[in-house]
Amino acid sequence: MSWEIVIGLEIHVQLATKSKLFSGAKAGFGAAPNTQTTLVDLGMPGALPVFNQEALRMAVAFGTAIDAEVCKHSVFARKNYFYPDSPKGYQTSQMDHPIVGLGHLDIQLEDRSIKRIGVTRAHLEEDAGKSLHEDYDGMTGIDLNRSSTPLLEIVSEPDMRNAKEAVAYMRKMHAIVTTIGISDGNMAEGSMRCDANVSIRPKGQEKLGTRAELKNINSFKFIERAINVEVERQIDILEDGGKIVQETRLYDSDKNETRPMRSKEEANDYRYFPCPDLLPIEIDDAYIDAIRQSLPELPDQRSARFVSQLGLSEYDASVLSASRTLADYFEAVVLVCNDAKLSANWVTGELSKYMNQHNVEIDQVPVTAVHLGQLINRIMDDTINSKGAKAVFDELWNQAGEVDAIIDANGLKQVSDIGAIEAMVDDVIASSPKQVQQYADAEVEKRGKMLGFFMGQVMKASKGSANPGQVNGLLKKKLDLLC
Amino acid sequence: MALENADIEKIAVLARLQVTHSETNDYANSISSILSLMDQMQLVNTDGVEPLSNPHDATQRLRKDEVTCDNQREAFIAIAPATEDGLYLVPKVID
Repeated sequence: MSWEIVIGLEIHVQLATKSKLFSGAKAGFGAAPNTQTTLVDLGMPGALPVFNQEALRMAVAFGTAIDAEVCKHSVFARKNYFYPDSPKGYQTSQMDHPIVGLGHLDIQLEDRSIKRIGVTRAHLEEDAGKSLHEDYDGMTGIDLNRSSTPLLEIVSEPDMRNAKEAVAYMRKMHAIVTTIGISDGNMAEGSMRCDANVSIRPKGQEKLGTRAELKNINSFKFIERAINVEVERQIDILEDGGKIVQETRLYDSDKNETRPMRSKEEANDYRYFPCPDLLPIEIDDAYIDAIRQSLPELPDQRSARFVSQLGLSEYDASVLSASRTLADYFEAVVLVCNDAKLSANWVTGELSKYMNQHNVEIDQVPVTAVHLGQLINRIMDDTINSKGAKAVFDELWNQAGEVDAIIDANGLKQVSDIGAIEAMVDDVIASSPKQVQQYADAEVEKRGKMLGFFMGQVMKASKGSANPGQVNGLLKKKLDLLC
Repeated sequence: MALENADIEKIAVLARLQVTHSETNDYANSISSILSLMDQMQLVNTDGVEPLSNPHDATQRLRKDEVTCDNQREAFIAIAPATEDGLYLVPKVID
């Protein structure tokens, strides 16, 4: 049987406000436990929330950035559950009236086509604290620093059909929220994490299969792996004649498997109701328009500019604008060398290859954009050829240093001295009488191919440093004179 | 709408309230009578009436994004029943 995979994502984005969603405590990661809390965050009786206007602005900015409906009337609701990292006994969230309604996001697929993914809604809510289950005399430790940190939860339609689409969607979301500056997007610190709703159904069937919800995935790599192992698990169950249970599961990256969360943590009956401590949020068109006007260049706009202004292909432009840091890096390279196409080739080629091999993201690459720009300059002014350039790049990546110094130290300077090249060409011709004879005997149109042997010999003699264009021209001229 | 004893027991568990067996019946009856009043109110024609999220004719006031509270951990910890290394200690959540 052939199966169709159906995936929807719920992405939690931590908003980069200075203070918390409902209190004047400092928001942010990494402080000593419980040093960033107020009576409101501790859920003390009588302590009342006051809403942070910057969180509202950020949510509206997100809505306008994905072309969604921004709701002029939205309401906070209480989501009731008991867990010690949420001392109030409820999470303040939004249910019936979220701040952001229907929108969409376009992602690029592997075959280079564009697919539109629906965004159902995005709502504001507060984060919970953290439970530390290490042994404190048989008790659990609670750190409430994260409590009431503002989150934007972005819910997608079940529009994705494989794990790669889910990753592309998550990356695009990451690019948007970091571009508009509403989050630092640091996934390792939990600033952006996602839950994936995964189900399968026989190809052609309209009715959705029973889904499992994979909780709290915090890296692009894990999204892909978690979805793939979950899909395999579901296929195995259904093909063995079993049934999928609707449940919440956790992805264990060490074992590369998903497993159910305890049923106790799952008894979901949240009894939502409008929060009596907070009044409805009312905003008007002028407010929304002002925020829309203030948006920076968005990833899709940047991609379009790379095509129209820098002459890149649509594909290169979309790859390079897929992350703000990558696009910034690329533009910094262009600024130094002034050649967008070569810069694009190097960033999507050699640089990406090294990033994959070494498993690093763009913000961790050891080669600076300035160095790469200088390296490209040395290719353009014929100081080095492309082979030498790759050697320089490798050294920049592995050992750092300055471009010109590396070229000198490794004797990579391309020999463009016509006299020196001519001498090498003459040597090769003199020492290869057999090949010269074959060349002479060959039909004229086949000679081009035979030139490769002589090219190789000259490049070898020059230790790769001869200017290939000059070698080629000289060889042709001299050989044709002999024949 | 009438509530069964089983509904009361479930609500009590969700709300972490201890309700004795004898109280369950009373609660079932009194909450059911509140719900029947709701049923009566449902009969009122509310076409064209916007649902009310809050009885006050006011909208949410906004606060500037400023850190206005210093670290008061020592004061808060002083009234907590159990703490260690700056953490509040609670009965073990998972075993």
